[in-house]
Formats: sequence, structure tokens, C-alpha cells
Amino acid sequence: MSELTARSVGAAVAQRAGFLEPLILKAGKTLASYELVYETYGTLNADRSNAVLVCHALSGSHHVAGYYADDPKKVGWWDNLIGPGKPIDTDRFFVIGVNNIGGCHGSTGPGSIDRSTGKPYGAAFPLVTVEDWVASQARLMDRLGIGKLAAAIGGSLGGMQALQWTLQFPERIGHAFVIAAAPRLSTQNIAFNDVARQAIVSDPDFHGGNFYEHDTVPARGLKLARMLGHITYLSEDLLMEKFGRVLKRDEYGFNYDVEFEIESYLRYQGDKFAQVFDANTYLLMTKALDYFDPAKEAGGNLARALSTATAGFFVASFKSDWRFPPERSREIVKALMASRKDVTYAEIDAPHGHDAFLLDNAHYHQLIAAYADNIAEEIGAGERRLPLDLGGTELEEMKGYRGEHAGS
Amino acid sequence: MQRYDYELIGSWIPERARVLDLGCGDGVLLAGLMATHGATGYGIEIDAAHVLASVKNGVNVVQADIEAGLANFGDDSFDFVILSQTLQAMRNAESVINEMLRVGREGIVTFPNFGYWRHRLDILRGHMPVSKSLPYSWYDTPNIHLCTVKDFEGLCAKVGAEILDERVLHEGRIVNVLPNLRGSLGVFRFRRRP
Repeated sequence: MSELTARSVGAAVAQRAGFLEPLILKAGKTLASYELVYETYGTLNADRSNAVLVCHALSGSHHVAGYYADDPKKVGWWDNLIGPGKPIDTDRFFVIGVNNIGGCHGSTGPGSIDRSTGKPYGAAFPLVTVEDWVASQARLMDRLGIGKLAAAIGGSLGGMQALQWTLQFPERIGHAFVIAAAPRLSTQNIAFNDVARQAIVSDPDFHGGNFYEHDTVPARGLKLARMLGHITYLSEDLLMEKFGRVLKRDEYGFNYDVEFEIESYLRYQGDKFAQVFDANTYLLMTKALDYFDPAKEAGGNLARALSTATAGFFVASFKSDWRFPPERSREIVKALMASRKDVTYAEIDAPHGHDAFLLDNAHYHQLIAAYADNIAEEIGAGERRLPLDLGGTELEEMKGYRGEHAGS
Repeated sequence: MQRYDYELIGSWIPERARVLDLGCGDGVLLAGLMATHGATGYGIEIDAAHVLASVKNGVNVVQADIEAGLANFGDDSFDFVILSQTLQAMRNAESVINEMLRVGREGIVTFPNFGYWRHRLDILRGHMPVSKSLPYSWYDTPNIHLCTVKDFEGLCAKVGAEILDERVLHEGRIVNVLPNLRGSLGVFRFRRRP
């Protein structure tokens, strides 16, 4: 067994759960039935107390850890955090990754067939919110026989879901890891999201969201949306360091071809994303981000909104993250302290920007490991079998990019 | 480092007190108060390694700069605000004490006594003091606001703090005779003058 597979959860198997009980959505619409795809790692203990739910962000999926037997290169998006001996130690925790409703990785979403019409939902797919996701995740926990989560964990939009769990099902969650998140999006964040959405909806191939029946995808719009988003997920320093002003050729070409390395990189990322991601899902996810605002129903008072929570909180932010900067996490921490909740907060010195939550950082991973170890002790899950593994994988976004000319 | 002040602080804190520990280090004081007194509250710590150590010790630790961070707390939101051997490293010690008076019903401050005779002797010999309680050389010390027990009494008077308890320790023992000369660690409990 190689070093890599020794510290992996191994070959993951996506599972599927169908729900026939209608889900009433915050938007007032009803999803008559739906399916969720999910993966699990580790073993649920006898008293069913060691479950950890991983909530994904905008482009994530249920494939959180491990790889696929028929596609060993397809490693889970949080594999550096989750596995035997890793910060979230699958020797002791039963970890669940789930693709959210509205997603495009197998759970019911805009690209799924609407049984009432026999065609893809497309524009007819209702807008879903963080609250709706949490409600659907709770039903999956019911199905798996999990009354109470040891923890929910997520970064960015995933962190919002972990936070929402503590408000929506306070009795069903012991701890929430709320990482690189915000209590609600800033004006600037909503603005970025709308530019991304406008890029998609103004693509002639979008067809009002019903592009499936035209046998096309709004790849140009989705590419632009991803390019814009990607810039905001990385820090200026990191972009400068990785790409600087390096040119593809020796001299300026005085034309509009790809010239600077950063242009090539962004177009590569945009193209890659547009090939695999669903444009309607992108729209829907950004709206879920925009709508999230737990303080809204408490008259804007976040501390009051959080007052019903009983979970312990681990909140973390990254100093170089300007999309979800530390100030936003501090708002959550301030409100939690004002309502006398158990909270731990760390501001992590990582150079990467928002995406740092996905990346290796020894201090960050040690913090999560230490907090998770406390949870393990609390639920009687024992000690680590393997010493803590702090990984060593490269920056996820840079994977696969080797300076290819992406074209224009 | 042996923390002789912890036992004394523990003796002042009532059961189930709400405690804010400023500069909580590895969280051992707060963890102890939680275990023995059923205390609740938070540790504030700026140093990343200390934050990790505090998490390992199972306390609620919030990474923040004390001098910027107390604005987050409402008036009287804690029974006790503790500043244990941290005052000497504060840029604006006076405003930190003022914030302690605002946020807590009572404050506890401990600090190395610059008036301790060995420190005085070092100065007389022409050197900055280096001792068990002040282990740094002048050029690499984090301690920028050193004071004597008498000096701290003066600051309390200035900011309107009523001293409720004042002890000077040396290696764990309370020094009653000539404390500002013979004691190396000042320990004060105070509140806003009513």
C-alpha cells in the first residue's frame, strides 16, 4: 500500500437516496420529490454519535474524500482534511458528503428530468436556499439513522450551511465548523455574483435557462462567471507571485490574443469549469449565497438570531481572504460571544485568499484536528489510531494547469 | 513558566463565574477555572501557537488583539476580566485597564514587579534587569510597559479603579513585609469605583 492510499479513505462509492415526501421551499414552491447523492467514509458507531456532515460550497460536490476505483485521479475536494489520521479522522468519525439540491453532481437539480414534464427542469427549477439545503440534509440524516450530528463542517457557502444547522436544528448538532464564511454577503459580494449571473444569462446559448432542449450549454457565459469568481477566490499577492506579468511570448503582440500568463490561466480555468458545471446550478448557488441572512428575521440582530443555538462553534478565517475577509467571521464570533455560545476563533495566516480553506496549511489543519479531537473525546470516540497527517498536496486550482495555451 | 498567580486568582473567583481571560496563553488558567469552578467564558489570544495550545486544552479561545478587540464586548458582560502577566506587553496599558473596568464587574491584573530588589540591584549595577520574572534581554523583550506595585496603585487611582485585593508574591508565597521590594509578582483585584 503506498503512502498516498494509506492515508486515504480509499475508493469512494457514491450512493443515492430518493425522497418522495415533498420539500416545501423557502421560496414558497414545493419540490414534489428529489434525490440526493452522497458518500460516506468511516463507520457509524453503535450509538450513532460520530457523524460529521460536510457541506459543500459553490462548486463542490458529495465527493469529499477518497477516489473512485475506476477513476483514481478523481480525488475528493477535501481529501487533505478527511481520512484516516487526517484532521477529521475517519478512524473515529463517520463522515458524510452530500451534493446539494440544485447541484449538478447527481442530486436533483436544474439538469434533472422533471417527472411531470419528462424534460429537464431548466428554468422551472425552483430557487433553493441554505435553509432548504439544511432541511434536505436533515432528511438524509433521518434516512441514515443519525439523530444528532457530532458536527457539520463547511467553508464559504458550506460554512453558512454549518451555521444554519445550529439555528434550524439546534438539538441535532453538537458542533459547527464555520470556515471562511460570513453571516451574510456584503454588497460587493452580491455585486460580484450578479456580474457572474449576467455573464451566464446574456449568453445566447442560455435560452432562458432551457438550454438542455437546445442541446447546447452557455459555455461562454459560464466561463466568464468562473473567471471572475476565480480572481476573487485568490489573493492579489498569490496571483502576482504565480503569474506576475509573465508573457506567453517574448514580446508584446499588440493584439487581443492571450498574452499574459494570467490570461491563459484564467481562460483555462474558465473553459475547464464550463465543460463540467451546470450554468443553472451556478445561478442558483449564487442566489442562495445572496439570500443567506439569518439575522434578517431577528431584526438585523445576529446575536439574537444565534441565541437559540446550542452547538459549540469553531470559526476560522484567512488573513489574505478578501472575498470573505476576517472582518466577516469576526461578526459571527462577536454575535456568538454576545449570546454566550461556546466559540473558538482563529485568524489564519495563509497567502492564498479565499481558497485557502481548501488547501494545506499546517496550522489550520492542526486547529481543526485539535477541535475535532475534543469532539471525539466528548462523544467517547477514543484516541487517534494514526499520528496526525498534515498532508502536502499542491494548490488545487493549479493542478492540471501546466501553462497550456487556452486560446481566446 | 511557573504561574504563581493562578492559585491566588482561583481563590478569588466564585463558582460558575463568567470569565474573560485576556492574553490567555495556552489556556491553562481558564481550563483550570472551568474544571474546578465551573467557570465559563473566553480566552483572548493573539499568538497563533498559543491559540492552538488553548484549543488543545479545550477552552473557548478567540484570536484577537486585546487592544483592538474589547470593543466587541458590552458593559459588564463578564464577572471577571483577567489580565495575567500581559499588562507589561500592552502598547496602551491605561486604555486596557479602562476597558477591563467597563467589560467586567471586577478585574484581576498580575504583572512582574519592577520594584523587586533584584531588579533594583541590576539597575544600580548599571544594567537592565534580567530575572525569573523578567527573563528577556532589553533588546528582545516584549515587555514595553514595566511598572512597580506602587506605580500600579497610582494607575488604579487615576482611572478610578477601587482596589479590592492587593498581594505581592515571590515564588508562590505572599510577601507581607516590604512587598514592593521583596515581591516579584504583583496581583491586584479591582472594580470601578462605585
